[in-house]
Amino acid sequence: MTQEHRKFICITCPRGCALDATVEGKAVVKIEGSSCKRGMDYVKGELTDPRRMVTTTVRVKGGVHPLAPVYTKTPIPKPRIFDLLAEIRKIELKAPVRFGDVVIENALGTGVDVLASRNIPAKSEAS
Amino acid sequence: MLKAKYDVVVIGAGPAGLAAAIEAKKTGAQDVLVVERAQELGGILQQCIHNGFGLQIFKRDMPGPAYAQHFIDELAGLHIDTLLDAMVLNVTSERHVHATSRGSGFVELDGRALVLSMGCRERTRAQIALPGTRPAGVYTAGTAQRFVNIEGFMPGKRFVILGSGDIGMIMARRLVFEGAKVERVLEIMPFLTGLTRNYVQCLMDFDIPLQLNHTVKRILGNNRVEAIESVQIDKQRQPIAGTEEIIPCDTLLLSVGLIPENELSRKAGVSLDPVTGGPFVDERMQTSVPGIFAAGNVVHVYDLVDWVTEAGLLCGRNAAQYAIRERKLHGRRVGIKAGNNVRYIVPHVLDKESLAESAQRLQMRVTMPIEEPVLIEVMNGEERVARKTELYVRPGEMVNIDIPQSAYDAVQRASELSVRVVRR
Repeated sequence: MTQEHRKFICITCPRGCALDATVEGKAVVKIEGSSCKRGMDYVKGELTDPRRMVTTTVRVKGGVHPLAPVYTKTPIPKPRIFDLLAEIRKIELKAPVRFGDVVIENALGTGVDVLASRNIPAKSEAS
Repeated sequence: MLKAKYDVVVIGAGPAGLAAAIEAKKTGAQDVLVVERAQELGGILQQCIHNGFGLQIFKRDMPGPAYAQHFIDELAGLHIDTLLDAMVLNVTSERHVHATSRGSGFVELDGRALVLSMGCRERTRAQIALPGTRPAGVYTAGTAQRFVNIEGFMPGKRFVILGSGDIGMIMARRLVFEGAKVERVLEIMPFLTGLTRNYVQCLMDFDIPLQLNHTVKRILGNNRVEAIESVQIDKQRQPIAGTEEIIPCDTLLLSVGLIPENELSRKAGVSLDPVTGGPFVDERMQTSVPGIFAAGNVVHVYDLVDWVTEAGLLCGRNAAQYAIRERKLHGRRVGIKAGNNVRYIVPHVLDKESLAESAQRLQMRVTMPIEEPVLIEVMNGEERVARKTELYVRPGEMVNIDIPQSAYDAVQRASELSVRVVRR
């Protein structure tokens, strides 16, 4: 199989290394421009199974705010982001919500849980 | 019940203020008070629901509210007083604080030391003098972020975003998640002003076009935004005739920069740096007024909250030491100036003896991007005091350099230090 050069910007950390990758199909031959070893993992992931953390909000009843922010505990496959958002939109939590509460377990069968990012006290509850 | 006198009074409960209060208490300050304008602690982190926080400090990728929650929980366990929903009206150079709140009414109290951590606010349409009509549908990106992420409503359906700052790019993705169409992100500069990773994961991932060297020429629409007219600009930042384009949209978001919020600092007589818009500070984050310290975006606008927390910790520790021991300056200080391709540098002044205790970190932003390896050099005239290489420098990404303890002697000889960024 022929080798080709592809450019990536690693999003693992805020440094955002510009990576020059030599790839053969879905295999990485080598990468240049990476400041750490996570650059290699990132390129491998982008070629075979690109994933992203998803953060959004979910409706809350009786809370100090009408929404609670939520996040995927680990990144989910990129093509499933909008399916997950649709799933989360169906939910309404009841206050109080606690940081780390599981909002959806094993979302879309990905094995990834969706968790609450903060406490949302109930409206009457002193925060 | 509020006390009349505190060891340390912290104004603003965002990441800088929370860290400062926690560290002040841990350093030995008995009574610590945090005064906060909002009804809850955490500051702007509460609306920054995206991830990317905590990678430096916690080695974990956390959403903004989770990052805030960590410090809110820690603060709650330390018997630190809080005054929420409270507006500080005045601060004097003698550290007398006037505030008003719904719960406590008008209060006056004193701090043996004061921490200014009011953060920053967004530039608005008025500050960039955007021509056109004045319809509904023009918001700063942060205002839209609050609407969407905390209050639960969408400010529009079809967006154009002016400015490639991080908040603008993050909001572009967020709006797409909530079903909106983002037509375009326009950036007047020839480079991205936010982090590159946000360009990848917020714009590229969702095919949102970014146009550099472009700005909004005028806003169209009477009651509501109906379109904007974009235009390409040349190297002198002048519009290029014939490049105009009408982009239909119902909402324009502005992500055009942040300004440190220093009205209270001014009232307290604190000297401000015209470049950063924040107080001049020394390596302990003390301002020009003894006993008044400052940390976070009120000093200069950071790119990462982790560095804000670190500044807050440093500030809180020194504020507590000042309050309980009235720690004095050694007096022999050296100014640090921004040299070639350095827009500003913090701290502005360094106690020469501070290097006897530890290495001292300088933080800066560059004026122009250099996409090749550069040397960052701290100079005393022609003598090099510290150096570091970076693979590239960009205005959107803060640069740090440490002056090592081994530079102690060189710093003693210096009458002024300057920092420059040069191609290798």
